[in-house]
Formats: sequence, C-alpha cells, structure tokens
Amino acid sequence: MILVYVECRDFKIKQSSLEALSEAKRRGDEIGIETTAVLVGHAVDALAPEVFRYGASKVYILENALLAHYSPSGFTQALVSLIEEIKPEIILFAATSMGKDLSPRLAAELGVSLASDCIQTAAKNGKLEVKRPIFAGKAFASFMLNSSPQMASLRPNVFPLAEPVDGHGETIKKEVVIPENQVKDKVTEILKAEGAELDVTEADIVVTGGRGMKGPENFDLLRELTAVLPHSALGASRSAVDAEWIDHQHQVGQTGKTVSPSLYMAFGVSGAIQHLAGMSSSKFIVAVNKDPDAPIFKVADFGIVGDLFQVIPPLKEELKKILSE
Amino acid sequence: MNLFVFVKRVPDTESKIKINHETNSIVEEGLNFVLSPYDEYAVEEALQIREAKGGQVTVFSVGPDETQTILKKCLAMGADEAVLIKDGAGETYDSLRTAKIISQVLKTKHTQFDLLLFGKQSVGADSAQVPSMVAALLDLPQVNVVTDLEIEGNAGSALREIEGAREKVTFMLPAVVSAQKGLNEPRYETLKGIMAAKRKEIPVVTLEELGIQPDELTIQLELTKIESPPARERGKIIEDEPGEAAKKLAEFLHQDAKVI
Ligand SMILES: Cc1cc2nc3c(=O)[nH]c(=O)nc-3n(C[C@H](O)[C@H](O)[C@H](O)COP(=O)(O)OP(=O)(O)OC[C@H]3O[C@@H](n4cnc5c(N)ncnc54)[C@H](O)[C@@H]3O)c2cc1C
Repeated sequence: MILVYVECRDFKIKQSSLEALSEAKRRGDEIGIETTAVLVGHAVDALAPEVFRYGASKVYILENALLAHYSPSGFTQALVSLIEEIKPEIILFAATSMGKDLSPRLAAELGVSLASDCIQTAAKNGKLEVKRPIFAGKAFASFMLNSSPQMASLRPNVFPLAEPVDGHGETIKKEVVIPENQVKDKVTEILKAEGAELDVTEADIVVTGGRGMKGPENFDLLRELTAVLPHSALGASRSAVDAEWIDHQHQVGQTGKTVSPSLYMAFGVSGAIQHLAGMSSSKFIVAVNKDPDAPIFKVADFGIVGDLFQVIPPLKEELKKILSE
Repeated sequence: MNLFVFVKRVPDTESKIKINHETNSIVEEGLNFVLSPYDEYAVEEALQIREAKGGQVTVFSVGPDETQTILKKCLAMGADEAVLIKDGAGETYDSLRTAKIISQVLKTKHTQFDLLLFGKQSVGADSAQVPSMVAALLDLPQVNVVTDLEIEGNAGSALREIEGAREKVTFMLPAVVSAQKGLNEPRYETLKGIMAAKRKEIPVVTLEELGIQPDELTIQLELTKIESPPARERGKIIEDEPGEAAKKLAEFLHQDAKVI
C-alpha cells in the first residue's frame, strides 16, 4: 500500500497534499497497490470525503487533542504507531514547510532514508524511482528507493491534480495514546504575515521585483499586478531583500525559495546564477529589463527590453482587459 | 551553555555544475568549496548565545580532510573548538547516513550539550533532513527554519518560517535548531581570529573510532543518474514602444502560453 500524509491547516487540506495523493494514485495503480491517506490532528475527520475524491481507498484518522497544534515529535509518534501496524510499502509527503520538517524525523524514526522535494516519480519493478533537483536545480539526480518502506516528499506545484471523482472509501479512526512529555516541540502560536499574502511556493503566478525596482515604494506597482492576476504572489531578488525593500520570505533563489509556477514574471532582475537556480523550472518565464544583455533573457520565453516603470502600467491594463473577458 | 554547531563544506553558489556522466557524479575540479551559507547563521547564533550567556562553542563537520578549511573559518569567526569527523564517502545524498554518524558522535564522544545548531539545509544536496533526523535519533525536540531564537534557562522559544506565516515553537533543552536567513547577520573573521585559528589543532575522529559498523551506513538511496536540467529554448525578446510591448506580452500570455 501507498500511504500519503495529508496536511491540514485551518481545517483545510493543502492543495499540495492532494497533488501528492494524485501522484500516489497514478503510481499505486501502475504497481498494483492500494492508495491510502492519513490525517493527523484534532477534529480532522470531516476532511475525509475530500481525500476520497482524489483516489484514496482508505483514510486513517489519528486523533488526539494534544495534536491539535503541529508538533514534529508528537506527530511522528502518532505516525510511527500507525505505520508499524499497517506496514505501507511507500510513504509520500508534500514537501511543504510541515512536510519537510516532519518527513525526515519520521524516516529516521523508521530507520529509512528519504528523497526530498522530488519533481518526478516512476514505477520500476514495483518500486519507486524519483528525480530531485540538486544545487537548487542546477542539476537533477535520480534515485531508486531501496529502503522499506520507501519514502519521498514531492515538491508542491509540480505534480498534476487528478480529476476529482465521486469516490468513497473506508474511514478508520485511531485513538492515539501519547504521553504529554512525548510532545517535545509545540507550536503555540501562528503569526500570519501582513495581508495574508500567498506564499511564492504555492502560487500559480509569481511576480518578482529586483534591484531595478529602485525602492520599496515601487513594489506597490507589483502588488497591483498581483491584485489583478489570480492566485499570484510577490517574489524578490536577494538584492531587493538585502536592501530591506521587502521581507526575505519573498526571496527567490538558491538561498531563498525554489519556485515552479506556471508563470514567472521578473521585473528589474538581472538573472544572477543564484536567482536562476530558484526559478528556471517555471513553466513560462517573462522578463522586463532595460539591459538587452541581462542573463535573465537567456531563460525567458518572452522578454521586453525596456523601462519597467513604463511597461507595468499598460501591462496591468492589458491583463485586466483579458481577464475580464 | 554547551553549544554544538554542525556545518558542511559545499561548492559556492556561483558554481556552474558540471556532470561526469561516466561516474555519475559532479565534477569537483575547479569548484570553490565554502562553508554552506545557512551554516554561517548557525555559527553566528551560537557565538551570540555564548556572548550573552557564557559557555563554549564547538563546531563539527563530517567530510574529507579538505573540510579543515571551513572548520578553520568557524574558529576564525570565534568558535572555541572544531572537530572533523572523517568520512571519505563523498556526497551520497543519503542524509540518514550523515545523521547516524553525527548521533553516534553525540552518544559516544561528545555527550554533554545544551543546543545542537545546524543550517536549515546544505546548499547542494538541498535535502534539509539532517537536523530532524539527528533530533529523531537522539529523541530531542526540533525546530527548523528558525528566524528568531530565545533561550531562557533550560527552555527555548523559536519562530520558524512556514508558508505565509511564522510558527512560534516552544521546547526544552537540549534541542535541535536549524537556522534560516534572517536569524542574524554572520560576522566576518578578524585577523586575530584567523591567526589563532591557524595555530589551533583540529582533532580528527574516524568512523572506526566511533564503532560504527559499515553495514549500518548502507546507502538506501541508489543514485541512478545525474543530468543537467533541460535547456530552455531561447524565447522571443522584443524592443518596442512600452504600450505596444505590453500589449504583445499580454497576448503572448493569453494566446500562446495560455497561462492567463
Ligand atoms: C551566497 C550567495 C547566495 C545568493 N542567493 C541569492 C538568491 O537566493 N536569490 C537571488 O536573487 N540572489 C542571490 N544572490 C545574489 C545574486 O548573486 C545577485 O546579486 C542578485 O540576484 C542580483 O539581484 P538583482 O537582479 O535584483 O540586481 P542586479 O543584478 O543589480 O540587477 C538589477 C537589474 O535591473 C535592471 N534595471 C534597472 N533599472 C531598470 C528599469 N528601470 N527597468 C528595467 N530594468 C531595470 C538592470 O538592467 C539589472 O539587470 C546570492 C549571492 C550569494 C553570494
């Protein structure tokens, strides 16, 4: 069986978990094993129907009031007891902040290795082969997972969501017994970023500003673009972050976030190797830069050589026009 | 406070990555190796905690002899001691292997500590696994991707970055913390620090001394291929009057790329 860890935040399932579940179902069917899911937390059973819609035939619910808030040690304890009981061949996570925190702890607890942030999976002789970027995407490495269970986390926004079906399945509730002192690291508060902006790793469209934006106030021009574009987020080069024009949560690149949205728009970004590493797997790349020799044009599908301050206002109007049609 | 920091030697971020397809590995000749950028934040944090509360900072690295260079850098930044755990295996991309070696060191040789600091990921393998794995193997609390850390007595509180927010996490010491950019501003080495670091002996620990059986370190991720990312086709670059250029771009996004 394949077991997919399905992450919930604010009583909603993360889209990237559904992507992982969709991929699990494709591979599970190919290998000929069952696809199942696990939800951990408190009062999460209402979410089971949505999990069935993406192909799980069983959903395990690990319930405990102590797990109402995320705890890597607590969640690991809960998962280990389930895994020892049901013995899945493959365990998949979405490589979200929680997935990247929890999956290695679980893997070590189970004594197995883990391939993180994979961008491709394939079934080979009943096992998984995965591909993952190394050096922030300057190269790709493929691995056969030779451990038992096999474990991988999948990069958000890369794997296609399955068409939801009118699925049903079995919900299996497990009371988890965890001594309170086994919950060693507790989330006690979540501080939302102002404006509750979408994270660059989760957005379909990333609108990025570099040093060419000239100052923090001009990022408002980009915010106006993100207001027009559906499911979009604001990105930044390290130069813009280091100048304190924008918070480093927005930084894209080798020492920022790696993104692969459908559309990446770079304004006043030169395209340094560290920046390209974080965004060159985007499906479409657009760049506006006044320097025709800027390296960003080497990866751009569409580039405008020109002054971003003159291009953005008419661009916003054109996009609005198209989107209102 | 006994502060341990774990660091890795990696090619600098300017590096162009070349692949040797025969050996299925990265060509190391010509690469400039440095202290992994996130590890600098971990070292700096340890130094700041020592300055505020007293104690000792020891830096560890698992790697080949050449790793001495980055350990010297940490000493020059102000670390008290450095230890090289010699491992000739090269890059295996198998974090569990590294985590097992580190936890064996902490179980057998360097058993007294309050805080284990790491970078949130090494730049290169990019796995972001070793801190959580060490925490699991030693049954310690963990907080990863930390941008703010406070220690009071034997309790800690940290802010960690998640999508669009920060989580406040509380825990007891000893604990594992991994550093994200924003935690602090790493200091530069001083000339005095560099001179002192030069004279300092770096003890070397071997895997045999640690009593690790080779079969415990079997690599479970079997590398089958390393390849370059698919080259992007050269796109359309236009130089036009801004209004006209904007219009063409919008049309491209709508009609050709179909992303809008
Ligand atoms: C260890 C390390 C890690 C790093 N990690 C990252 C990382 O994660 N992410 C990252 O981005 N960088 C990273 N860098 C920095 C990187 O090397 C570059 O310095 C940085 O990406 C440059 O940012 P930029 O393109 O905004 O600025 P610049 O390189 O200064 O480019 C600004 C561009 O704006 C254009 N421009 C100016 N005015 C206008 C205008 N009016 N209209 C149109 N175009 C205009 C210019 O032609 C120029 O091309 C890292 C560096 C190091 C050493």
